Amino acid sequence: MKLAIPRITFWKAVAGIFLLGGLVAAVVRFGWGLGVATNLSDVTPWGLWIGFDIVVGVGLAAGGFTLAGIVHIFNIKRFKPIVRPAILTAFLGYSLVIVGLLFDLGRPWFIWHMLIYQNPHSVLFEVGMCVMIYTTVLALEFAPVVLERFRLQKALKVMKAITIPLIILGILLSMLHQSSLGSLYLIVPQKMHPYWYSPMLPVFFFISAIAVGLGMTIVESYLSARAFQKTLETHLLRDLARIMFGVLLVYFTMRFIDLLRRDALHYLVDGSFETMMLYLEFGLMLVIPLLLFNIRGFGQSRAGLFFTAFSVVLGFMTNRLNVTLTSLESYYREMFGTSYFPSIGELAVTISIVTAGFVLFGLAVKYLPIFPHHEEETVIDVNEAPERAAAPKIDGDPAAQLRRH
Amino acid sequence: MSHAILVDLTECVGCGACRDACQQVHKFPEIENTKLDAQNFTTLRLCEDAEEGTETYVRQMCQHCQDPACASVCLVGAIEKTADGAVTWDEGKCIGCRYCMLACPFDIPKYEWESGNPKVRKCTMCHQERHLAENAKVDNEGFVIDRNGDRIEIDGREITADDRDSIVSMTTNDDDDRATACSVACPTAATLFGDRDELLAEAHARIKDNPDDYVPQVYGSKEVGGTSVFYLSNVSFESLGFYTKLDHEALPQRTWNVLEKIPDIVVTAGVALGAVYWITSRRDEVRRYEDEVKKQKANKHS
Repeated sequence: MKLAIPRITFWKAVAGIFLLGGLVAAVVRFGWGLGVATNLSDVTPWGLWIGFDIVVGVGLAAGGFTLAGIVHIFNIKRFKPIVRPAILTAFLGYSLVIVGLLFDLGRPWFIWHMLIYQNPHSVLFEVGMCVMIYTTVLALEFAPVVLERFRLQKALKVMKAITIPLIILGILLSMLHQSSLGSLYLIVPQKMHPYWYSPMLPVFFFISAIAVGLGMTIVESYLSARAFQKTLETHLLRDLARIMFGVLLVYFTMRFIDLLRRDALHYLVDGSFETMMLYLEFGLMLVIPLLLFNIRGFGQSRAGLFFTAFSVVLGFMTNRLNVTLTSLESYYREMFGTSYFPSIGELAVTISIVTAGFVLFGLAVKYLPIFPHHEEETVIDVNEAPERAAAPKIDGDPAAQLRRH
Repeated sequence: MSHAILVDLTECVGCGACRDACQQVHKFPEIENTKLDAQNFTTLRLCEDAEEGTETYVRQMCQHCQDPACASVCLVGAIEKTADGAVTWDEGKCIGCRYCMLACPFDIPKYEWESGNPKVRKCTMCHQERHLAENAKVDNEGFVIDRNGDRIEIDGREITADDRDSIVSMTTNDDDDRATACSVACPTAATLFGDRDELLAEAHARIKDNPDDYVPQVYGSKEVGGTSVFYLSNVSFESLGFYTKLDHEALPQRTWNVLEKIPDIVVTAGVALGAVYWITSRRDEVRRYEDEVKKQKANKHS
């Protein structure tokens, strides 16, 4: 038997370099400690690894519970082809969040202490437990894909039976920890810039997680289409984008009212770094996507949907990094005359974790039945075939299905 | 009994004995520090006001809050407000998340950034040191043991009989009471250690008796719901660099307001999701059945 040597493409080379960089940074981190590897200090104890690898990471993985809820609980079955890639992203996302956490913890080998020394008053304890249980739930939600691949019918039957309770559990856990990532910051009101400190943080975090979960699903569908010639019907993505905008409008209305009520709007003209970052956040997450989506001809196309959703994802990242990093900058400046910016090592680890996400997603799509088999030909445009697009698909004999219930 | 420390800045002459004693009792390198770090639990710095012509030495250390944010955020409960008054950190539990450092309203906990097995470090109110005198027994290798026969460790160091004697002498005041090393060392009684209620009453009495010598505020009595370290001063605390913008409500309440709702949210959302599932899937069933009936009718007609 001859082993095929994989072709080295440009993106593979880039991924290789990024992963290598992360490996070097990991050696420095675990060999010489956090002080050498990071720009963290006694006055800036949390940095990029918490802000991006954990808070952004968990948010970007929100597509899993969002899509599972839409399809299995709200029973909007036409989105079914997207559930699997969304759950895969979520599972990979959470796994990588845990990897990121191991880098950030000073004593990662004691991470299991959370299970025995529980402090129910700690938001972080709640987040930790939820993330741990939800990662398990995601593994189970994803299990049918692997079982299908290896044709394990009996196990598949068992999994089918517990699907709904699992999905409800997954949504509940997600509600709790997506919001709690915001609650983490409720205890530092005096340290945060008024743009981002709000008693409503948990609610904002939960709602924006739903929006970005949908956005990420659109982004990865487009990227998968390009990379693996596996794709989804454009009208489905368009519908997802519409739901996403609905959620975003609710979110930004609430954000605006909150800023107004806390009298934080008058800072908007101060031209400070924080104000620029707030504009960036609102621009990327709301204004640019709205504009793109409404460009006639382009906004409704596959590429248009991608850029719209990608902008939302970038805006979401900006929001989370603003809450976790930017909002503390004025405090650092005033109290210690210092500022935080991640070190090369921190950036290298974060970049390599993101790269690992892409690589693992690619491998999963290649070897597991993630996307439906009959893609390219079935691309339907809503304008051409409105009935087909709108009508829910019923497979097989309807009477037989009814009897089964 | 809950203890506290009262620092009367008007009495402080800036000799640095408190700082030196702190470094000695914790076996830290003895340096003249101005910044807290993993090996400096208390600092002394001079605040000069040229306009007023005042010179004030300011001590900084852990405030030992009554309801500490650091303890409430610690996911493994490694930080504890003891009945003794001290806020202590348990090396055996800590996983190194550093949330305590972020959450502390006074930015007190420090980290051993260069260590492979880093610890969170801060003033312990000489908690272990003050209780060391109770353990008189020594095992046959010369290490002090507690009532259970286990060797006593402070900062991971086992304590010899000589260590114990020197620590006990450093933490015993003129009245033969146990007290923090800094308060024992202070030659002008600017730093006092004692019962929290008594010290707080003493602080208020000093302001009342000598209103011209003090600003009318006991710093630490109200901040973040009250602490166990109080300061008196003759110049405003803000000008001395104290954290004066803090709420008078304890910070952990802010997170608890949200956390306590979790059981309700889980039950309500769980039931709602179950209900939505039941309704939507039932609707599907009914529609399929009706389609089927229609199809059969159509077949009959044809």
